[in-house]
Amino acid sequence: MLPLMERELVGPYLTKEDFLDITAVAQSAPGIMAINVAILTGYRLKRTPGAFFAACGAALPSFIIILVIALFFQKFAQNPVVRRIFLGVRPAVVALIMVPVFNLAKTAGVTCKTVWVCVATALAVWLLKISPVYVVLLAVLCGVLLSHRERAQ
Amino acid sequence: MIYLQLFATFFKIGLFNFGGGYAMISFLQNEVVYKQAWLSTAQFTDIVAISQVTPGPVGINLATYTGYTASGSMLGALIATVAVCLPSFILLILAGKFLFATRTAYAPAWRILRLVVVGLIASAALTLCTPENFVDYKSVLLCAAAFLAVWKYKRGPIEVLVLSAVFGLLLY
Repeated sequence: MLPLMERELVGPYLTKEDFLDITAVAQSAPGIMAINVAILTGYRLKRTPGAFFAACGAALPSFIIILVIALFFQKFAQNPVVRRIFLGVRPAVVALIMVPVFNLAKTAGVTCKTVWVCVATALAVWLLKISPVYVVLLAVLCGVLLSHRERAQ
Repeated sequence: MIYLQLFATFFKIGLFNFGGGYAMISFLQNEVVYKQAWLSTAQFTDIVAISQVTPGPVGINLATYTGYTASGSMLGALIATVAVCLPSFILLILAGKFLFATRTAYAPAWRILRLVVVGLIASAALTLCTPENFVDYKSVLLCAAAFLAVWKYKRGPIEVLVLSAVFGLLLY
């Protein structure tokens, strides 16, 4: 969605630098990246009301499309043809989620020394069913302590 | 009460979900499938598939669909969708500059978070490896073929899902 947003926003609403600033800040916040970019763009142009309407605009098409699908899908989920389609689709979905693990591993700086953080996270959440919320909180806590120690040295 | 639960659950996901749509799948599995049992693993996998082939942010799609299915009403869909956007709305308006400054001031925290996100996405994929999603050896072959198509041959997700749907019709 970001390339599309860049094409629509850079020029009429933002400069190229503004857009890069906004995506950097959007990535520093939790939540949905495209919505965050909309919030920041709206805020820059028209403060809080701008942020509100931009976020609504970015979310509304998906909201309506998914609502329509949800209304129909529950009726068709038991249909034999739909069932066969999804028997094929489900394993492919698992593959689609596995790919970013390997792609992100490079940019996230996974090395022999750091890979245990990824493995421990995956095992804790997958097998022990520990909430990812606690894993993120622990990561932030450790990171903040580490930052203070590095600065003290 | 379901509305309050939906709001609390999705607000929490919106507040702690770092790392984008794929990492969000892990948060949703834990809250929506495991803790609240609003959806089965197969239902959840179907929604992820639908989110991949429809336009718009995956996070919005998942919130809307879960909200609707869990409550059986459009109000539930609306509450879940608003709740997942609300934390970043508040944070960005009140503290956007501060959050951005933490990227240099607390660089180690961001380094660890990036590693955690890789682990979360891995756990999302592993959690979906259930007998519901892999009914026989053909499912395993389909998964391997889809993985190679996206990872090695750089095919788009929509193309791969449409093809896998055709294979589903042919094989089952």
